[in-house]
Amino acid sequence: MAQQIDQYAREISDEKQHSVIDGSSKGTDKRYSVLFHDYEDPNSLRKLAGAIKDHTLHHLDEYLEKAEKALTERGVHVHFASTDEDARQAILGILQQHGVKQLTKSKSMAAEEIHLNPFLIENGVECLESDLGEFIIQLDGDEPSHIVKPIIHKNRRGIANTFLREGIAPDYNDDPETITRRARVHLREKYMLAEAGITGANFVCADTGRLVLVTNEGNSRFGMAPVKLHIALVGIEKVIPEERDLSVFLNLLGRSATGQQLTVYTEFINGPKSENQPDGPEHMHVVFMDNGRTDVLASNCREILRCIRCSACQNVCPVYRQASGHAYRSVYGGPIGAVLSPILFGKRFPELADLPKASSLCGACNEVCPVDIPIPDLLLRLRDKAKREEIPSEGAIPMSPFATLATSPSLWRTAMTMSKAMNHLPIEVAPIKPLQDWLGQRTLPESHGGDFRKWLKARRK
Amino acid sequence: MSRSQIFSKIRQTTDHLAEKAAYPSYETSVMHSNVKLKQADLWDAFSENFKAVNGRPMNSVQQLAEFLDGNNQKVGYCDPALYETIGKALEAAGLKVETTYDRDRYDDYQFGITRATGAIAESGSLIIDDFKTTYRLAALSPWVHVGVLKKSEIHRTIPDAIAAFGDAPNIIWCTGPSKTADVEGILIEGVHGPGEQIALLV
Repeated sequence: MAQQIDQYAREISDEKQHSVIDGSSKGTDKRYSVLFHDYEDPNSLRKLAGAIKDHTLHHLDEYLEKAEKALTERGVHVHFASTDEDARQAILGILQQHGVKQLTKSKSMAAEEIHLNPFLIENGVECLESDLGEFIIQLDGDEPSHIVKPIIHKNRRGIANTFLREGIAPDYNDDPETITRRARVHLREKYMLAEAGITGANFVCADTGRLVLVTNEGNSRFGMAPVKLHIALVGIEKVIPEERDLSVFLNLLGRSATGQQLTVYTEFINGPKSENQPDGPEHMHVVFMDNGRTDVLASNCREILRCIRCSACQNVCPVYRQASGHAYRSVYGGPIGAVLSPILFGKRFPELADLPKASSLCGACNEVCPVDIPIPDLLLRLRDKAKREEIPSEGAIPMSPFATLATSPSLWRTAMTMSKAMNHLPIEVAPIKPLQDWLGQRTLPESHGGDFRKWLKARRK
Repeated sequence: MSRSQIFSKIRQTTDHLAEKAAYPSYETSVMHSNVKLKQADLWDAFSENFKAVNGRPMNSVQQLAEFLDGNNQKVGYCDPALYETIGKALEAAGLKVETTYDRDRYDDYQFGITRATGAIAESGSLIIDDFKTTYRLAALSPWVHVGVLKKSEIHRTIPDAIAAFGDAPNIIWCTGPSKTADVEGILIEGVHGPGEQIALLV
């Protein structure tokens, strides 16, 4: 028996795995070339972004209060939700107050966290995802497997079949352009019928309350243009000190996420529409959600709250690429998810304690992170937590014999010399279970019997 | 209830941090992408960067009329304030121009001409702020959006554009046509919004 994430990775279909590998590696290449083309020293910029975020998190109460005040002054209703249930009820309450029966929603990880769609639908509100990928996820009753590209695990054939099955398309056509045009026609009709728009937010500037939303498709802009009510569900860690800091975050977000300097539509909202404007919401509500964030803030992994959801760590992670986002059994997959998912929602540790172990600690996730989150360190802290809480590691091979060897120089030397003999032993059929488990996952290299140590010793002299 | 709970939980942590990180001192100019700002002329710099995101910079109404006509985009909306300078000329070229946007007929408009209230040279973005423009939908639902731009309103950099936000309750930057790569990472333009983003300099 392996840990759940390992088991998932072993059983993933080739088709799904290829989709994920292709999609994520493309993202990594583009990100790298754009950042290094546009900036002489992008590394210093992400350190700056990380420092701004750290400062904000250390003063989160002050900035959150400031944002609340600024928004309220501009006619925005501000709500706070401690838990997922509080957030769902707050949103439902606002919708009921306005008699809303139909709405569109643009992609929001916060809304994914609280499974907002099914909840609203159960409560009689038709809630349609407007991001193309999320729309397809909703049609399939599937879960997103990537923060920026939610259907990275799907291919055009599956999508064409979905459209045919759901009556979005009159016939099977898997040309990506045709798929997109059909969604365009279907969704704009829904936008015009909707009575409210729900969004997340990428940033909230504490000084003015300005809320920033980025999309490439323009779906959040379109979703809100014909409606009278806008509700934004925002994690409390999305606050940044000042508008000027947006130049740091926007420049890094687009480049890190998709290799774009800026996403196509970058919208700055701090209040209901102006009086001269015929389109747009007359009422605006912001729901600031905790849902475990204050627990993360209190933990020794608080740096993970710097995250701006760019997905660069997912794209670059060798484990994510092989296993897919679904292997992480949470809305957040990949390195960010391996840290965030087990601790964010309070009760999911130890349930997801296997996630931090599914990493070789190669460090690529930290290298690409636009806010310089030390993800490998955080993974180690969570492994340590699991050890302290004596959470069993399914299928882990006992390491105590190795520990004995590695802590005794004389034993180690003897073992080294003897290990050469193993080259001639049929160890692949040796009836030793831990050894066989280990060999099931790795190839044992040929032993050189400590040649390296001898070489190094000789060199020192 | 939730509010006080959240704030008290935050303070339980922030009040006891051994060291609180200070706000880093920095100039926003560190974020300038100098390779994108080589041209001194702001329209030239904007045009180059706008083209890089598949936008179409144009500097004459005639050029616009030819493009619309040549692409069979015959009917559209024009901000009444721009009718005299642009709408009339398009009509003269045989196109149909309306100065009110009737949302019930959203699919009838093939192009929408609205005022871009600014632009960003560094990123090739058009800026539309709520105070100075008409119908948001007119910049979204037609296949072609034309943002009409004054040269004096082009900002050099992203930080410059942020510093000029002012009080508008809604500002949007449009950096090229609406697009997606959700299906197998293949770029498709014109998802929900325009498939053609045009900047017209007047």
